[in-house]
Amino acid sequence: MVTSRVVLITGGNRGIGLATARRFADAGHKVAITSRSGQADNATGMSVVKCDVTDTESVNNAVGEAEDLLGPIEILVSNAGITDDGLVLRMKDDAFTSVVDTNLTGSFRVARRVVKSMMRARWGRMIFVSSVVGLGGQAGQANYAASKAGLIGLSRSLAKEFASRNITVNVVAPGPIETDMLAELNDEQRNAMLSMVPLGRLGAADEIAAAIQFLASDEAGFVTGSVLPVDGGLSMG
Amino acid sequence: MSDDNFARFKKCAVEVLSVEESAVVPEATFESLDADSLDLVELVMALEEEFDVTVEEEELDGVTTINAAFELVTSKL
Repeated sequence: MVTSRVVLITGGNRGIGLATARRFADAGHKVAITSRSGQADNATGMSVVKCDVTDTESVNNAVGEAEDLLGPIEILVSNAGITDDGLVLRMKDDAFTSVVDTNLTGSFRVARRVVKSMMRARWGRMIFVSSVVGLGGQAGQANYAASKAGLIGLSRSLAKEFASRNITVNVVAPGPIETDMLAELNDEQRNAMLSMVPLGRLGAADEIAAAIQFLASDEAGFVTGSVLPVDGGLSMG
Repeated sequence: MSDDNFARFKKCAVEVLSVEESAVVPEATFESLDADSLDLVELVMALEEEFDVTVEEEELDGVTTINAAFELVTSKL
């Protein structure tokens, strides 16, 4: 029997976030997910809190609400993310900064808020959901790739800053996964991506969730500052 | 040194640093209390809330004793 932990998952209303929430809930953990609307379908067995990760006050309120419902956050899965693709030459400042603000600064805001109780508990797990494009770059996704690469520096700094408090911080870098986000790609982009994946298929959201669950486990207590690609061999990183 | 303020300070220190009340005396160093830089930052954040003051990061340089931290925070009241 695993210890029941309090888990907060940002952007938990669909895709990888929801699959992860489902997995933690099924394992007997207490799970809160955030969504921008404060609503989520298929969220049975978990709490849903409204959170806009681009707004510090909203983040602080959402974490406070989750803590009131479930107790101090012990495991953070920072997953909320957006895309706003375009070639650099045509990318407006706002498309760049808004993606970085959500994906990277948003993760920072949530981490800064939840780390306090982890410090006090002398136990914590943070897992940031990056992307294979954060490692390898991607034409048309300069903003997204930059934000996802930034998560690696953020997480490794957190790993060092809070190691003395027994808080581990790791990154999962998914490759192409069957989610809504990938559904936006056209067939050509999709096939080009698949041709680069040695395992020759898209991943399932639950396969990312499984990696996250490992990094959040007691057994992963000696793993910190790592970047774990779950990408069918795409990055070989 | 106001007794009332020091009592409030002590309450925060006991809570954040997980030390005995009797250990929180003006001359105690954070080192002797087994408190590192993260503890100090956490303590100052608790004190900011308790006393409704703001302490800048750089003001913590050279703050190594309970008295120094107490003076820093209460000087802003």
